[in-house]
Amino acid sequence: MRLERRAHAPLHLVLLAPLAAICAALLLAAGLIAAAGVNPLGAYGEMLRGALGSRLSITEMLTRATPLIFTGLAAAVAFRAKLWNIGGEGQFFAGALITAWIGHTLAAPGWLGVPVLLLAGMAAGALLLAGPAYLRLRFGVDEVVTTLLLNFIVVLFVGLMIEGPLRDPLAFGWPQSVPVDSSFRLPDLIPRTRLHVGLLIGVAAAGLVWLVLARTVFGAETRAAGLNARAAAFAGISLPRTLMGVALLSGALAGLAGSVEVLGVTAGVTTTMSPGFGYAGIVVAMLAALHPAGVVAAAIFVATVFVGADAMSRATGVPSFIADVIVALCLLTMIVALLFTTYRVRR
Amino acid sequence: MTKVLELEGITKRFGALTANEDVTLSLHQGEILALLGENGAGKTTLMNILFGHYAADAGSVRVFGQELPPATPRAAIAAGVGMVHQHFTLAGNLTVLDNLMLGSEPLTRLRSARIAARRKLLQIADRFGLPVDPDARVGRLSVGERQRVEILKALHRDARILILDEPTAVLARPEAQRLFETLRDMTREGLSLIFISHKLHEVMSASDRVAVLRGGRMVAERATAETSPAELAELMVGRRVERPVREAHRTGGPVLVAERVSVGPQGARALDELSFTVQAGEILGIVGVSGNGQAALGALLSGLMQPSAGRLTLAGENVAALGPRGMIRAGAARIPEDRHVEGVVGELGLWENAVLERLRTPTFSRMGFVRRAACKAHAAEIVARFDIRGATPETRTRLLSGGNMQKLILGRVLSSNPRFVLANQPTRGLDEGAIAAVHAELLAARTAGAAILLISEELEEAVALSDRIQAIVKGRLSEPIGADEADPQRLGLMMAGVWEAQAHAS
Repeated sequence: MRLERRAHAPLHLVLLAPLAAICAALLLAAGLIAAAGVNPLGAYGEMLRGALGSRLSITEMLTRATPLIFTGLAAAVAFRAKLWNIGGEGQFFAGALITAWIGHTLAAPGWLGVPVLLLAGMAAGALLLAGPAYLRLRFGVDEVVTTLLLNFIVVLFVGLMIEGPLRDPLAFGWPQSVPVDSSFRLPDLIPRTRLHVGLLIGVAAAGLVWLVLARTVFGAETRAAGLNARAAAFAGISLPRTLMGVALLSGALAGLAGSVEVLGVTAGVTTTMSPGFGYAGIVVAMLAALHPAGVVAAAIFVATVFVGADAMSRATGVPSFIADVIVALCLLTMIVALLFTTYRVRR
Repeated sequence: MTKVLELEGITKRFGALTANEDVTLSLHQGEILALLGENGAGKTTLMNILFGHYAADAGSVRVFGQELPPATPRAAIAAGVGMVHQHFTLAGNLTVLDNLMLGSEPLTRLRSARIAARRKLLQIADRFGLPVDPDARVGRLSVGERQRVEILKALHRDARILILDEPTAVLARPEAQRLFETLRDMTREGLSLIFISHKLHEVMSASDRVAVLRGGRMVAERATAETSPAELAELMVGRRVERPVREAHRTGGPVLVAERVSVGPQGARALDELSFTVQAGEILGIVGVSGNGQAALGALLSGLMQPSAGRLTLAGENVAALGPRGMIRAGAARIPEDRHVEGVVGELGLWENAVLERLRTPTFSRMGFVRRAACKAHAAEIVARFDIRGATPETRTRLLSGGNMQKLILGRVLSSNPRFVLANQPTRGLDEGAIAAVHAELLAARTAGAAILLISEELEEAVALSDRIQAIVKGRLSEPIGADEADPQRLGLMMAGVWEAQAHAS
C-alpha cells in the first residue's frame, strides 16, 4: 500500500473531509460516552436539542460561535502563511482587557466609541503577536513556543489587573473588571437574547479576510511565501514584510474576538470569560481547511458542541468536558482527512 | 549470451494516461543497457514495474528464467534485482553500515549481525572498486559518495542486476565519468546493468546497447556501436531536433559590469574579485566544475546576495545592494538554477507564477488589488508565445513538465524585453526538444539586444551559445576567451584553473 499524490484535490473531497472528520470524532467520543454508562445516541440527541432545539438555544449557540469566527479567522490567516500562531487565547484576552479598560474611562458618543474600542482591541492583539513574529524573523525563535507561553502570561496579567487597578468595586469581591460604559455595548440582534451584532461583524470579517487573501497583492504574496518561501523571495517578495503583515492581521482578528465579546456579552473582563476560544479557533481553522467561508460554518459546529455538551451534561450526567474531547478529536481526525484529500491510497 | 532479464508485453495505465504499452525488453549477462527516452516517456514506470513498485496491467517479468510475482519488491530483491533511485533513499543521520542493514534485518533477531555485515561490505567495496568508510555518517557524504552507498546497498543484498535511474542527474561531469568507469568494471565481475538516461552523450559513451522509449512504447533497440547521437535524438523525440545555431552579429556597449566584486568575508570568499563585462547582444558563458562559485554568482546577480567589496553596475546604475525586486526593476531577467525550488510556486496557478515578479506594477494590480483579468491575459500570451503545451493560465504549476515549467519562467522574465538576462543552468534536466526551445529563446533575446550571462556545466551548451567564455574556479574567474578559440582542451585547462598558474609564472 502506498500514498500517491493527487493532481488536484477534488472539490467534493475537500467538502467531504471536514464532515468525515466530524463523524469520526463523534464515533470515537461515543466510546467514551458509552464508557460513562450512557447511550451515545441519546447523549448526542440531548446535545443537538440543547444547542439547536429552541429559538433561545440557537441564539445562545450563535453567541458562542461569534468569538470563534474571529479566532478561527486569526488561525486560518496565520497558518496559510505558515506562521504558527498558537496565541489566539492570549490575543483574545489582550483585546478584551484593553477594550474594558478604555471603554470604562472613555467619554465619547457610542457611534464613535465603539469603532475606537474595536480598533483598540485589534491593535492590542496585533501588537501581542508582533513580538513573537519579530523574534522569529530576527533570531529564528520558534513562534509556537513564544505564542503559546504568552497566553499564560496574558491571562495572569488580566488576573492581576482585575484584582488591582481595574477591579470592579460593585462586584462584591468577584474577580471582575469594571464594565465598559453602557453606551458602548453592541446592540442586540434579537431582543431579550444575548445574541448581538458581533455575529454580523464576524461574518463581514470573514468576507473581508477572503477578499484580502484571494484578491489583493498582499494576499497573493502571502500565499506564495507560505507555499514556497524561496521562490517568493527570488521573485522579489519581501518575506519579513509579508510575515509581519500576516502577524498583524492574525493578531488583530484574535484581539477583535476579545473586544467584541466584551462589548457584546460580558461588559467587563474576567479570567473565565473564554472557555478556550483562542485554542478552539485553531480547530475551527483546520476544520475549515483554512478557508474564510468555512471558518463561519466550522465555528457554528464547534459552538454547537460547546453549548450542546452543557445540556447533555445536565440531562445525562456525562461531564461537559466531553465537548473539549470532541473538539480535540476533530483536530486529529481532520488532519487525517486532509491527508486523503491530497493523497490517494494505492495498492 | 544468456538473457538474465526479460520483460514481455508490459502495459501500465494510470487513469487515462498510458505510461507503458506492450513493452518488451531483455538484458543479457554482463552488458550495460541504456534506457533512453524523454521525460515522461515511461522509463521510470517501466523500471518500477520491474522492481515491483507497481503492478503491470498486462505482461510478465522474468529474472534468470523465473517469473516474478507482480508488485512485490521483496521478490525482486530476492531474485537479485537492485535499484538505485534518482532521489536517494538513505537516512542521513545513520552511518553507511546502518543504512545498508536497514530493512534487510529480520525484526525478530535479537543480536544484530553488524560484524558479518561490515565484513561483507568491505569485501564488496573492494571487489567492485567502490571505496567507502562504513562508519561515516551519510549526511556528511558528498552526492557522489551517497550514490556509491546506494549502489553498495543493492550489492549488499546480492543484486546481480542493477537498475540506475538517471544516475548522473546529480553528478558533475568528472564524477559521472568515474561512475561509468566503475559500472564498466562491475560488468566484468558478472553484473548486468540498466541505466536510465535522456543524455545522448553518456548513452553513447557508456552503454553496449540502447533501448529507446517514446510515449510509453519501445520504438527502437540499437547496438551503441552501430548508432549515432543524431539517430538516437530523432528516435527519442520522434522528429528531427536540431539545436539552434548562434549567428555572428555586432554587439553593443557594456550593460552589466563587475569590477573586482567579492562575496563573503575575507578569507572565506565564495566569489573572489570577479571582473567581467557583458555587452548588449552578447552571451557570456561561465563554465566550470559544479561547486566552484556558480551558486554564489547566481545569487549575486539575482539580488539575493550582496557583494562585500567591488562595484556591480547595470546600465551604469549601481545594483550592488538592490535585492531581487530592485534587480527586476533595473531591467534584469533572472532564470534560477533550480526551477522547483526558486523558480515557481508549484501549488499556485500558472498565471500567478507568470506575474509573481511584477505583481506590484500598475499593469497587474491597482490600489492593492490584483487585476486578475490582465494577469490571466498576460499568462495566456506567454503560454501561446513560448509554446507551453497542454496548459492554460489556470493549470496548477507543479503539473507542468520540466520543459514547460522552464518555458513559463522564460516567458515570465523575457516578455518584458530585459536589458540583462541571467541564465543559471537553464537546461538542466530538460530533454532534447525543450533544450532546443530554451536555446532558441536565449538566442532570440541576444538578437533583441539583451546582455546575457549564461552559467552552465554543459560544455557543449556553453560553447554553442556563448560569444565569449570565462571559467570559474574556486570563486575566481579566468580571462575571457572568444568562442572560436574555445576547444575542449583549452576549456578543460581553464576549468582546472591552469590560467592561474600561467598568471603566477609570468
